[in-house]
Amino acid sequence: MSIVTTPDPANSDTARPERQSALARLLQRRLAVFGFALILLTVLGAVFAPWLTPYSPYDQMFDGLTIEGAPMPPSSTFLLGTDLLGRDLLTRILYGARTSLIIGVAANGMALIIGTLIGVTAGYFRGWVGGMLMRMTDLMMAFPALLLAICLAAIFQPSLWIVAMVIATVNWVQTARVLYSETSSLAEREFIAAERTLGAGHMRILFKHILPHLVPTIIVWGTLGISTTVLLEATLSFLGVGVQPPVASWGNIIFENQTYFQAAPWLVFFPSLAIVVLALAFNLVGDALRDVLDPTQRGRN
Amino acid sequence: MIGTAEKPSGAYAPDAAPVLQVSNLTVSVNTEAGLKSLIRNISFSLNPGETLAIAGESGSGKSITSLAIMGLLPPPVVRVTEGQICLNETDLLTLPETRMRDIRGNRIAMIFQEPMTSLNPVMTIGAQLSEAIMAHDPIGRREAHTRSLEALTAVRMSQPEKRMSQFPHELSGGMRQRVMIAMALALRPDVLIADEPTTALDVTVQREVLELLRDLQRDLGTAMILITHDMGVVAEMADRVIVMQSGQMVEEGNVKQLFHAPKEDYTKALLASVPRMGDGSGAQEGGKAGASIAEIRNLKVRFDVRGGIFGRVTHRVHAVENVNFDIHAGETFALVGESGCGKSTIAKALAGLLPYTGQIRIAGSEIHSLTRAEAKAIRRDVQMIFQDPMASLDPRMRVGDLVAEPLVIHKIGTAAERSERVAMLFDRVGLSAAQMERYPHEFSGGQRQRICIARALALQPKLIIADESVSALDVSVQAKVLELMRELTEEMGVAYLFISHDMAVVENISDRVAVMYLGQIVEMGCRAQVFGNPQHAYTRRLIEAVPVPDPTYERPAGLRLAGDIPSPMRRLEDTPKLAKLVDIGEGHLVAMPD
Repeated sequence: MSIVTTPDPANSDTARPERQSALARLLQRRLAVFGFALILLTVLGAVFAPWLTPYSPYDQMFDGLTIEGAPMPPSSTFLLGTDLLGRDLLTRILYGARTSLIIGVAANGMALIIGTLIGVTAGYFRGWVGGMLMRMTDLMMAFPALLLAICLAAIFQPSLWIVAMVIATVNWVQTARVLYSETSSLAEREFIAAERTLGAGHMRILFKHILPHLVPTIIVWGTLGISTTVLLEATLSFLGVGVQPPVASWGNIIFENQTYFQAAPWLVFFPSLAIVVLALAFNLVGDALRDVLDPTQRGRN
Repeated sequence: MIGTAEKPSGAYAPDAAPVLQVSNLTVSVNTEAGLKSLIRNISFSLNPGETLAIAGESGSGKSITSLAIMGLLPPPVVRVTEGQICLNETDLLTLPETRMRDIRGNRIAMIFQEPMTSLNPVMTIGAQLSEAIMAHDPIGRREAHTRSLEALTAVRMSQPEKRMSQFPHELSGGMRQRVMIAMALALRPDVLIADEPTTALDVTVQREVLELLRDLQRDLGTAMILITHDMGVVAEMADRVIVMQSGQMVEEGNVKQLFHAPKEDYTKALLASVPRMGDGSGAQEGGKAGASIAEIRNLKVRFDVRGGIFGRVTHRVHAVENVNFDIHAGETFALVGESGCGKSTIAKALAGLLPYTGQIRIAGSEIHSLTRAEAKAIRRDVQMIFQDPMASLDPRMRVGDLVAEPLVIHKIGTAAERSERVAMLFDRVGLSAAQMERYPHEFSGGQRQRICIARALALQPKLIIADESVSALDVSVQAKVLELMRELTEEMGVAYLFISHDMAVVENISDRVAVMYLGQIVEMGCRAQVFGNPQHAYTRRLIEAVPVPDPTYERPAGLRLAGDIPSPMRRLEDTPKLAKLVDIGEGHLVAMPD
């Protein structure tokens, strides 16, 4: 786990100078560094997958199955065992990380951006603009997300990026709702009124005074969204409208193998662990980021 | 259950055994660095029928003392580490929580500052009163109802039967506080702790509540601990006073002796900084009448209230009705009145935060006729300081950036020039330039208000609107901030629109005063005219109601105030009658009754 060079731990205990960059302060938190290390590990694993494992993710190996045709449990040849078709699970998880990272980071990031834009605009301007945006959000909320995703995925040629886009278009709703209510209560606060009396414009108020206050919420929703989007992608794959087999993703590895959970638990356990670890890693970094970016928490450790 | 029935009624008897005896009380908070004491070695005794005032500024530990007596300190972080609290020889600190619960509300009752938050919003007044009584007395619902009704009648509530079935939000602030008093006194406790009971109330309502408390205490013989920051309230109510500062008792004594011959320096300083009402004659009237900076003509602000299925406008709140006044360069113009009279609405309309009808002319240009760019430019001339400096500063920005922000918005100067100007402003309001890099929460209340003043000054405005800007500050801090504001007028020629509910502060700082009632100005004139020769009944009532920080002061009898201010919300077709202002000499305008 500790491939990443951690900063000198002695450093974090000494009295720190008044001004430090946010990154330096982030690196003084052990848990944040640990989260970073996990993320980096996943990214490296995804990028260097061909060099890290001798097998191909699509190879249905004869040695990969027992005489009865059952998947092999973890052993020294197949570190995490093999799946139903005799493919090496470790290899599939490494290659699957490519898909899942793109979905978890890109799709989720897109959803977050859309949700933030709509929520903040509606919450700040209210009136008919806000009303219209929020009714649209309510409509999206009432509409079954999976059905919409299936429709969208059916219209376009299924590919990883289309799946990411589909997930983004259904997942922004909750973010928008939450940020809407936060923004509308922030907009009522006195310091916003004070900014207006100074003659500050809308853009200035929105970006310099409202958005920084929303950072904690955005980070929490962002990290929570990673696991849900990874799983949504798995659901879509399962229904045949997501990433097409034999391309691996963490979600579809779980779905392919869930029926054999009792006979071969490692097939579900390891990819699930990968999802949990990735979500946890983002969560740790997100938590630390929130504290580091909040000046009102300074000196109150 | 009512073990106090045979208690001697009447004023306090110094020879009787004390009801409450606090000795060497030390309360500490558990921090990472170990125990840190919040109050140290507090000792006092409370005799039957006596009123003991604990006075002090914020952070002096007066509320902690009262919570310790009630056994309501937040466990496990804050706890009593030393001392005794004896109620009629029972040491309260050794009692288990179940026994404490019997005592709380029954033998020791408490009234809190904010009556709205201390009442349950979803229960009727009657249900809450009955519940409180039944919690301690094993009586039936019907009897509890009768007792509740009696309690409400005792606190001089109008239409007590009707109030029983009403909810807290249907009552005014003063009435809610009466309900709290009724609830506290319904069980005839030995000790009543009133923690800032009138701080959240308007001055006329405060007067009623204080009188009520005093009458009830005299009739019931309850001993009272009155916790307050207001030395005026202390002088009017207390028999004995304890002055506290940063967790320690500074001075204890009889109220007259303490006010007339304070021993400790802190008490002297505290008493000296209390704003006192005069008759407005002490002003150095100078040729201050410069050119007029703001002219307000026929200003009206109304809010629509929608109702019914179709959301049509059914009622209107007439927040400001036909207000006219001028503010001249370099003068301090004060607007006084009670909450809901429209004074803050005028401030917001002037600052461009609310739509209005009528005319506001600033430095000669009529705001409604300006283009957007011109309107932005005119914002430079009018700046506002809000009541709560913490709420009006963005907590995520450094104070230096906050003060520089107006300059950035109006694109004045280069970055270097701006930071130089900010440093100069910091210096001017009494902060050091080294503090520019800090965040608002690292400052005290008074320092934050100085930052707000520096921010308002950054654009060199002609007019600063100060909306209750010193109301949230402790008196000693308040006096210094007011002094700073006064210096700034002399140096820079800034005019102030000073909005306050505090007559004593207004009397001390203003050149001209307008008294507002229900959205209209009822009296306006220079300070000497309004305070020295108040003509309108409401002005007199306001001045009369201010607590006087002098225990020997005899309040003229007979003038009992009653009744709540009517609501400014009216049906559509029902427009308020406009008061006619008549000049009774030298610009002293008074609304004439017809």
